[in-house]
Amino acid sequence: MATHTKPVLHGYFRSSCSWRVRIAFALKGIEYDQVPVNLIKDGGQQLTEEYKKLNPMQQVPAVEVDGIRLSQSLAVIQYIDETRPGPRLLPADPVKRAQVRMISDLIASGIQPLQNLYVLQKMGAEKVQWAQHFIVRGFEALEPMLKQTAGKYCVGDEISMADVCLVPQVYNAERFKVDVDAYPTIKMLNQTLVELEAFKVTHPSRQPDTPVDLRA
Amino acid sequence: MQQVPAVEVDGIRLSQSLAVIQYIDETRPGPRLLPADPVKRAQVRMISDLIASGIQPLQNLYVLQKMGAEKVQWAQHFIVRGFEALEPMLKQTAGKYCVGDEISMADVCLVPQVYNAERFKVDVDAYPTIKMLNQTLVELEAFKVTHPSRQPDTPVDLRA
Repeated sequence: MATHTKPVLHGYFRSSCSWRVRIAFALKGIEYDQVPVNLIKDGGQQLTEEYKKLNPMQQVPAVEVDGIRLSQSLAVIQYIDETRPGPRLLPADPVKRAQVRMISDLIASGIQPLQNLYVLQKMGAEKVQWAQHFIVRGFEALEPMLKQTAGKYCVGDEISMADVCLVPQVYNAERFKVDVDAYPTIKMLNQTLVELEAFKVTHPSRQPDTPVDLRA
Repeated sequence: MQQVPAVEVDGIRLSQSLAVIQYIDETRPGPRLLPADPVKRAQVRMISDLIASGIQPLQNLYVLQKMGAEKVQWAQHFIVRGFEALEPMLKQTAGKYCVGDEISMADVCLVPQVYNAERFKVDVDAYPTIKMLNQTLVELEAFKVTHPSRQPDTPVDLRA
């Protein structure tokens, strides 16, 4: 078994994928170091040769933990869940676990990659419409899905990786002026979750690299 | 989400291919599709997610329909970008297969993505590890019998 080390998270305050990992660490009670990667400054610090060694996809987050380098937030989250004690981030029941992954993947494959910085930079003047389009499309699907699976949280009454994915995506939706009131289940779950400590302390407005004008 | 695939199994409806695959792996006997070792398991998910979140959604039918005349360039751009990252990643993790010497969900994701790359005329020879792994995998029965050219709904002109 690999020796457990203190994780180092390379991320960006406003990256929703980085925020997912921060939330997961907070929920598990894991201390970690943060190395900010500014996606805008110097043409994008994720594009340096040095960062490429950490994550050849040149995206955030990347995590150094237990002697390995991991990218892809859901791979990181499940690794941490499987190797650290503390509350489970994926349910014990296989059906519920599948539902958690289905919701997480809808967000992490079906919405976020279509509205991340790299893609929006390619859309130029149309970027807000493009982002809204894909977030709305995803939320139109997510709402009925969550209506079926949700209890107190996205899947039943235990916090899971699905909740970890939902809140940062709602933040993005609000940022692009999508009307989240149109999705009552999403809205209600988000309102419950943002009051929890793990979601508050990891919020983009409270990170080491949050610009002064965006600080809480 | 009005996408494929969707699976009805054990009284539930599941979408998102990797959620389906892991559910099947966790509830059915047979060869593991994810390794027992947590580090290897994380690497399998990392590779699978690079493909399933980092490449494929940017070149699926829905998005390409929005790109109009630019669709081939757009598809090539995102496949090349993903393969540029996948190649060094696989160089580190691969043995006989994507992660070590056991077939995994990563291999399951790789082959269909290489098929897409070829369809959009991306030069896969530029990625020797990807090419080698794909060549090994496409010879296996599970990859052959499920090939797009041999399905019930394969159009006549595309049949193997």
